[in-house]
Amino acid sequence: MRYMLLIYVNEAAMAAAPTDKTYEISAAYGAYTDALKKSGAWLAGDRLKPTQAATSVRMVNGKTNVLDGPYADTKEQLAGFYMIEAEDADAAIAWAARCPAASAGTVELRPIWEQTM
Amino acid sequence: MESGLEIARAAAETAARQSYGKLVAWLAARTRDVAAAEDALADAFAAALERWPRTGVPKKPEAWLLAVARRRRVDAVRRRLTSEAGREHLKLIAEEAEARMTDEDLPDERLRLMFACAHPAIESSVRSPLILQTVLGFDAATIASAFLVSPATMGQRLVRAKSRIRETGIPFRVPEQAELGERLDAVLEAIYAAFAEGWSDPAGTETRRRNLATEGIWLGRLVASLLPEEPEALGLLSLILFAESRRAARRSAAGDFVPLAEQDCLLWDRALIDEAEALLSNAAAKGIIGRYQLEAAVQSAHAARRLTGRTDWAAIRELYDALLSIAGSPVVAINRAVAIAEAEGAVAGLAALYVLGDDKRLDDYQPYWAARAGLLARLGQVPQACEAYDRAIGLERDPAVRRFLQEKRAVLRN
Repeated sequence: MRYMLLIYVNEAAMAAAPTDKTYEISAAYGAYTDALKKSGAWLAGDRLKPTQAATSVRMVNGKTNVLDGPYADTKEQLAGFYMIEAEDADAAIAWAARCPAASAGTVELRPIWEQTM
Repeated sequence: MESGLEIARAAAETAARQSYGKLVAWLAARTRDVAAAEDALADAFAAALERWPRTGVPKKPEAWLLAVARRRRVDAVRRRLTSEAGREHLKLIAEEAEARMTDEDLPDERLRLMFACAHPAIESSVRSPLILQTVLGFDAATIASAFLVSPATMGQRLVRAKSRIRETGIPFRVPEQAELGERLDAVLEAIYAAFAEGWSDPAGTETRRRNLATEGIWLGRLVASLLPEEPEALGLLSLILFAESRRAARRSAAGDFVPLAEQDCLLWDRALIDEAEALLSNAAAKGIIGRYQLEAAVQSAHAARRLTGRTDWAAIRELYDALLSIAGSPVVAINRAVAIAEAEGAVAGLAALYVLGDDKRLDDYQPYWAARAGLLARLGQVPQACEAYDRAIGLERDPAVRRFLQEKRAVLRN
């Protein structure tokens, strides 16, 4: 099954982290991505630019409404994602638990809604 | 540090779990209906968890739970909320249990319940959770987090397992001597799994997990005390006590991971080590060797460093040789390779590791990559070592261990 790992972390805390800490975190993500790839679980994944760069678009009464900022104002912000292939929910949870974000923020796990013929 | 209040609360909770488990075991053994036994006692147990920390543990805790269960039952019947089966149990409570309670304590049938939960007809991955729920009253959500499964899934698995006990007619009995060995293995394995899940939170920051290690020890003690002639039951308890004795030494004051070889032996818990040693020699005296005794013996050899100042890696290697022959697994093979490396050098260790070849299970098994990285680093094979470290880092879920591995890798690069 395909699963989406949505990574939520506190952007402000990340931005305030000292350089060596930042380096350590990105190295951990690098290693994690690598382990996913070598195990054949990796399908896709990327880091997102901070919510300052976000734009929210919505149609209201036929008019396009464009707003600066993210869809929801939350304590932790969507910061990246992985799409993985996992045998079942247990295997997907095991991968989510290894994601560096699991110990610094939250990893939301969502199965992909597969199209059936 | 824990306050006096915390300690009193924990003691009350333990007492509530013990009495609850005894009652569930006693009721379920009579009807084979674990779910209904839990159902009948659920309210009373919740009330005990809420009240005993404030009022203290009542003199006859089981009688207290039964009395509350009966009172609640009257309410529930009025509201027609209790299930049909739950009502059967409440009848039992009313008629038989209370009659018994007046003159003697309830017989302890938790061991039988554990054997039912760890029956070969029950799927092996749910045995340990089932024991934690029925014997100790943990809820599905707590167990689910500890075993890295979603609460909904864990809940379903537990419900299915309980209905299987009832539908398949799984017996609530301690097996005869002839089949005891194999059946006991399943019970011990389930207890070890509970301990190991709790152990994987070394800093003890997650209360749920720390509790799980404590409960694992408690279950281990229970089985060892109820089956004092079974060397493997003693061996398992010895093994987990050795591990527990090192809890305080596993992290530095700053929360950094400290590998076994670098731990300060003064931080090890002497009393636990002594108890573990006594259990192990008691088990060994019975003359039947087994997996848990061997693993405990490995721990004993590590613990000897506090006396001799060194680790006898040749002896540890021999113990792993024996383990490999009676209970071979990739885990044992990796530990053996590490012991060989210490006793005979990194080249020999690496050779032992490579024998594992391309076992698919190792692809996402962190200890394999960590061991491999360490040995390659010692041999100065920097690029390969870095690659293995990366793999290990990517597979680790404990942030302190991840940091430790990252530092090792960084040192290599310089």
